[in-house]
Amino acid sequence: MKWLIDLFSSSLGRKVVMALTGLFIILFLAVHLIGNLQLLKDDGGEAFNVYAYFMTHNPLIKIVSYVNYAFFIFHILWAIALTRKNREARGPQGYAIKNSKGIWSSRNMGILGTIILAFLIIHMRQFWGEMHFGSVPLKTYGDHEVKDLYLIVGAAFKEWWYVALYSLAMIAIAFHLWHGFESAFQTLGLNHMKYNPVISFVGKTFSIVVPALFALIPIVMFFV
Amino acid sequence: MKITLKVWRQKNKDTKGAFKTYQVDHASPDMSFLEMIDVLNTDLIKKGEESIAFDHDCREGICGMCSLYINGHPHGPLQTTTCQLHMRTFKDGETITVEPWRANAFPVIKDLVVDRSAFDRIQQAGGYVNVNTGGVPDANMIPISKKIADEAFDAATCIGCGACVAACKNASAMLFVSAKVSQFALLPQGQVERKERAEKMIAQMDAEGFGSCTNTYACEAECPKGIKVANIARMNREYFGAMLSSYEVSSGGGGE
Ligand code: HEM
Ligand code: SF4
Ligand code: FES
Repeated sequence: MKWLIDLFSSSLGRKVVMALTGLFIILFLAVHLIGNLQLLKDDGGEAFNVYAYFMTHNPLIKIVSYVNYAFFIFHILWAIALTRKNREARGPQGYAIKNSKGIWSSRNMGILGTIILAFLIIHMRQFWGEMHFGSVPLKTYGDHEVKDLYLIVGAAFKEWWYVALYSLAMIAIAFHLWHGFESAFQTLGLNHMKYNPVISFVGKTFSIVVPALFALIPIVMFFV
Repeated sequence: MKITLKVWRQKNKDTKGAFKTYQVDHASPDMSFLEMIDVLNTDLIKKGEESIAFDHDCREGICGMCSLYINGHPHGPLQTTTCQLHMRTFKDGETITVEPWRANAFPVIKDLVVDRSAFDRIQQAGGYVNVNTGGVPDANMIPISKKIADEAFDAATCIGCGACVAACKNASAMLFVSAKVSQFALLPQGQVERKERAEKMIAQMDAEGFGSCTNTYACEAECPKGIKVANIARMNREYFGAMLSSYEVSSGGGGE
C-alpha cells in the first residue's frame, strides 16, 4: 500500500486529486443547474419543490451526494496543501519584478477558490441546512407533502446583498473554470493535438454559460 | 549606451542580500549582456571593489550555465539564454534589474549564482539509459518514425538552465523533468527502464522541494529551448502508468 500513499502525496498525485475532484464537481454543477432552472418555471415553485424532494430522498442520489461532499472536501484540503507546498517551494525571498506570464486565473486559483468557499459556506447554511435541519413550511401537491424550499429560495433572492454575493461567486467560478477545466485534462496527461481544441472550446463555453445561467436565476427572481 | 543596473549582491548562502545600483556608462549595443557585466566587473576590480559573481560557461547558448532574472524574466525579455541576449534589446538610459533565480531548491550561493545541483541529482536518479548499447548501430537499424525521433530530439534540447523553475510561481521543475523523461520514453533505447525512470526522477524532484505545476505555462513562455508543456502531460502519463503498474522484484531471480 505504500505506493498508493506515495502516489497521492507526490507533487503529481496531489494534482490528480485536484483534477479528478474538480471534474466531478463540474459534472455536479451541470446537474445542479438543470435543477435550479426549474425555479424560473411559472408554477409557484411546484417543479422545483418536487425536484428538491426527489434530490433529498432518492437513495442513489443520496450516495452520489455524499461522494460529492467528500470530493469537495478533498478538493479544498488538497488545494490548501498544494498552495502551501508551492509557496514553500518558491521560498521566502520573492522577485523585485514579478513575472506575469500565463493567464490570470491560473495564477490565482487559490484566491478564486477561497471566494467560492466563502460563498459555499453561506449557501449551504442557507438552503441545504434549512432543507435538512430547518423548519421549512410544507406544501401539498396531489397526495405528496413536500417542503416548500421555493419559499426560502424566493425570499433569499429578494435580498439584494444575497443576489450580489451569488453573482460574485458565479464570476469566481467562471474564472476558476476558465483555467481549471482545461488544466484538469493536462494534469491527467490528456494532452493531444487532435483533442486539445475540443477540450478548450468545451471548457471555455462551460465556464461562461453555466455560471451565467446560475447567476441569471436570482437576478430574474429579484426583479420579477 | 548608458545603463543603470540594480544588481542583487549577497556575500554567501547564509547572509542576507540586497540590491546595489551601478552605472555602466560605455555599454555597446553589440555587447552581450554578460559582456556588459564583464565590463562593469573590470571597473569594480580597478576601483578595488568585489566583482559581481554570475554563472556562465559556453557563452553560445548550449551549456545552460548562464542564468540571471532580468527585468522580471529569466534570461531577460527575449526567449534566449542570457549569453545570447544583447544590449541592443534595451533602451539607452534604461534601468535594468538583475536578480538570481529564486527557488527553495536553488539556494543563492553568492550574488547572482545559485546552486542548481538539484537538477543533477534528478538526472542521476533516472535520467540515463543503463543498458549496454554496444557500438554505433547502422542508420535506420532501429525502426522509429521521423516524427517521434523529432519529438524526442526536441525534448533532448533542454539544457537544464532552470529558467522554467525561475519563471514558475510554484518553482516547479516539471518542464525540465518532463523533457528528460520524454527524451527517453519516446525512444526504443529508453524502454527498458521506462517505468523506473519516471518514478525515480519524480521522487527525487519532490525530495528536492520543487513545487507542483498549476499549468500556468510561464515555463514554456520563458524556456530558451522552446520545450513544450505537452511533455509535462506525457510525464504525468508516464508517472501514473508507472505508479499503477510497476512492481519491485523481490526474489533473487531464477535458479533458487
Ligand atoms: C464550484 C466548485 C469548484 C470547481 C468546479 C472546481 C474545479 C477545479 C478544477 C477543474 C481545477 C483544475 C485542476 C487541475 O489543474 O488539474 C481546480 C483547481 C483548483 N481549485 Fe477548484 N474547484 C471548485 C472549488 C474550489 C474551492 C472551494 C477551492 C478552495 C478553497 C478550490 C481551489 C482550487 C485550487 C487552489 C486549484 C489549483 C490547484 C493547482 O493547480 O495547483 N477550488 N478546481
Ligand atoms: S526546460 Fe527549458 S527552461 Fe527548463 S531547464 Fe530545460 S531548457 Fe531550461
Ligand atoms: S553560457 Fe552556456 S548557455 Fe549561456
